[in-house]
Amino acid sequence: MKLRNTGELSDKVDIQMTPMIDIVFLLLIFFIFNFRIVVQEGDFNIRMPVAGPSAASIDTQLPIRVRLTSDDEGNLTGIVAGDRKLDNFSDLHQFILAQVGNDAGPDGADNMEVELDCDYGLKYRYVISAVTAISGYVTADGHIVKLIQKIKLSPPKKPS
Amino acid sequence: MRMPSPKQTLAKAEMDMTPMIDMTFQLIAFFMVLLNFAETEQDARIKLPSSELAKPPEVALESPLVLQLTKDDKVIFGGELLPISGLGQPLSREKRFLELNGVDPKEATIVIRADGDAKTGVVQEVMQLCQENDFEIFALRAKQELAEEEP
Repeated sequence: MKLRNTGELSDKVDIQMTPMIDIVFLLLIFFIFNFRIVVQEGDFNIRMPVAGPSAASIDTQLPIRVRLTSDDEGNLTGIVAGDRKLDNFSDLHQFILAQVGNDAGPDGADNMEVELDCDYGLKYRYVISAVTAISGYVTADGHIVKLIQKIKLSPPKKPS
Repeated sequence: MRMPSPKQTLAKAEMDMTPMIDMTFQLIAFFMVLLNFAETEQDARIKLPSSELAKPPEVALESPLVLQLTKDDKVIFGGELLPISGLGQPLSREKRFLELNGVDPKEATIVIRADGDAKTGVVQEVMQLCQENDFEIFALRAKQELAEEEP
């Protein structure tokens, strides 16, 4: 008996790629839309107990008072460190460097404290600039040299 | 004359999908690795001030509570936009929660993400409210700024 020719049987098994490619592209679109370039953030740590001298501040000297004044729009108008009027944050940084250098002992900066006294309406970015000038600097090879780490803000003085 | 059957002459055109799928999977892997779901605390309404000393902390903060201050004197806390006067209650709730979990509020860190144009007095008021609820460690957050190279 002659068998009916059913044609050649192929060894190749075709997998349906379409659903997989659909899902893969959907995943890709999801990740692309949720992708954000995030700028690294860092913190300046300050410890501010409610009132009265804390145990940490008993062994420190009197804090260096830094006064930041502002105009009605919140822009910085003046910096006074101790009794000295300064022009900019670079001068404040030099002032702090001189204070740390004058302080005797290897851990001089560890015992020093700065109190920032700011006008109520001053823009917060100037506070961060002041904290940056006070707390350290970055060397040419990218290392951070710490200066005064004990920084506190004076209580708010709401304008009447 | 006998014509050839069309079945015999038509060759099946097949596209090689392998390189495309390879590339697509590599792209997915790239975006998956870079996608950071942990940064959900970052709010687009806050434009942080920048500082060259702001480096990401090397160790995780102790029980952090994130307070975000907008430039129009509002606080974003736990996803809610609150006036400064409305912050006392959620803070005392957080304090009770920490105490129930055996954490001293004095050891918890309040992370302050304030807009660069926010009033310093408002930031100080927020810190005062935190102090009233026994929180005393603060982390003033700033975004990292690369130091300008001197010519």
